[in-house]
Formats: sequence, C-alpha cells, structure tokens
Amino acid sequence: MDSGHSEHSIPLALKILVAGGFGVGKTTLVGSVSEVRPLHTEEVLTSAGIGTDDILGVESKRTTTVAMDFGRITINDDLQVYLFGTPGQERFWFVWDELAFGALGAVVLADTRRLADCFPSVDYFERRRIPFVVGVNRFDGARRFTPDAVRQALDLHPNVPVVSCDVRDRQSGKHVLVALVEHVAAKRGHPVPTA
Amino acid sequence: MPTNGSGLPHHDWLDDDAGPVVRPYTVTGGRVRPVTGGFDLLAFVLAAPGAIRAPEAAQLQPEHRAILALAREPISVAEIAAGLDLVVGVVRVLLGDLLASGLIALHEPSAMAHLPDDDILQAVVNGLRAL
Repeated sequence: MDSGHSEHSIPLALKILVAGGFGVGKTTLVGSVSEVRPLHTEEVLTSAGIGTDDILGVESKRTTTVAMDFGRITINDDLQVYLFGTPGQERFWFVWDELAFGALGAVVLADTRRLADCFPSVDYFERRRIPFVVGVNRFDGARRFTPDAVRQALDLHPNVPVVSCDVRDRQSGKHVLVALVEHVAAKRGHPVPTA
Repeated sequence: MPTNGSGLPHHDWLDDDAGPVVRPYTVTGGRVRPVTGGFDLLAFVLAAPGAIRAPEAAQLQPEHRAILALAREPISVAEIAAGLDLVVGVVRVLLGDLLASGLIALHEPSAMAHLPDDDILQAVVNGLRAL
C-alpha cells in the first residue's frame, strides 16, 4: 500500500447495507442518518458487458441502469460509516455481491403491509452469513405488528434483532444502526456494553 | 495512456464518426475494464502531489482532471462517481488510467475494515449515539 502521502490519513471506512423491497424507505433511512444528502451512483449493465473488455458495437444490446444511493457518517478523523441502499430489484445479484463484499452488516427494512417483499433480502444475507437486523418501518395507516410477530412471519433466527422504526426520523434511524453494530459485536461473542 | 481517437482498437463497423454506442462509456472510448487496479467502491484515492501539472497529465481528458481535483484529499471511489455524475464502471476505467500513469495512489479497503475489532465497533456505537 502506498504511504507516500502521510499528511493525508486514509480513514477506515465501514460499509452497512440497507436492503428491502421497493418503496420501503431505504433511501429515506440513508438520508435521515447521513451527514450528507444521499449521493447517487449508477452502474450501467449491458448484456454484453459482463465477461468482455470492450463494448464497442453493442448498440443493439439492451442496457440497464442500476441505481445505488449512499450516505456517510463520520465517526472521527479515522473512521467513517458508509450506508449503501441496495438496488430495489433483487435480480441485480452481482451488484449486491459487490456491495456486500466486506460489509459490516445489513439493515433489512420491512413493510408489514408487504412483508414478502423483504424475503429475498433476508435470504440473501442469511445465505452469505452477513449479520443483519430487520427494521420494521412504521407506515401511516399500516396495522402495527409486534417484533415477535414479524420475527415469526419471517422465520428469523432467534438472535436476529427486529427493531420497530420510523425511517424518516433521525433518532429512530440511528437506533436501528446501533442495533446492527451491537448485533455484529454480539455475534463475535463480545457484546458492546450499553452506555 | 489509452484515451480516445487513435487509441481505440480497430472496429469494422465503427470509427470516430460513428458517435457514442453506449453513451456512458463514450468517455472511456468504449473501454469497460480499467487497465489496472480493482477499485472497490470504498477504495480511497489520493492524487499524487502536483499530479495535475505533471507531464503525464498533459494528455488527460477533462474527466481525469476532475478526478485529480477531487482527490487532492482522500476520497472514496463511490464519492468520485457521485461527485462527477459518472457511472461507477466509467470512473474505474478512468482511475485505472491515472493509476497506471502514477498520478494517483490507491488504498483498497484493508482486511481490518472487514473484521473491525471491538474497539472500533464500540467507537461506531458511541459515535452513532452521539449524532
């Protein structure tokens, strides 16, 4: 690793994913806790783009744009947390794989009116043994379910935290992230003491 | 450094007059893979001192120069893409050019980022609570 520019220290950047079905509030959560407004990135996929080095002449092939929104929380000069909203369509698995690489953990947002929408996200993180918590976003007019009812409906492992939240609210969003980091620590057998 | 124009590989049906084929990749001359480097979304990029005035910078495209300007302080690949409104794949190709020319230093995420120790997790929890 290059260390020739020692006046600039490179921060340690931790990555947390925010997953869940379309319209469940992923970008809203990223925005409510991020110190910057959610940044937007895109990846363009072409049907010829994978496994090839050159896309000249693929004008007849279909291209798809996959959007990723992310935010940042600076903990201190040496430590940053990045929050990446996963693309809404779970069929873009390879984008998920790139996002999940090296991730600390994930928040799966659930909407109790459309609980099945978060099944693919739960499956994904379970299969890859990526620690996750489920955030049950409170939508106006939605029937309230207890965390245990949601846990049962999702058939979650008993130690997976289920947290009720309002992703529009910064404090509530922070609470979900703290639950995740504490869960990551607990999985390692060293629970973070409560302040 | 491969850029555009005569640097493009020969193609029977396309020449410089053909115009963009897949628009976001026009800026890379159709290249979708960087010449070097992996460029994780959270890899940090730092411009070499004086990079923008270096002889190697003479042939750069405006997008390369924009990256060097952003990277005067360490910046993540994801933020470069967002800041320049370019797709991530294009930014990786441009970063590969800059890396191959020695105009940037690249810091891929360390193994520590994958398995942060308890002190780091505690610092994150404390930091989040203090927000």
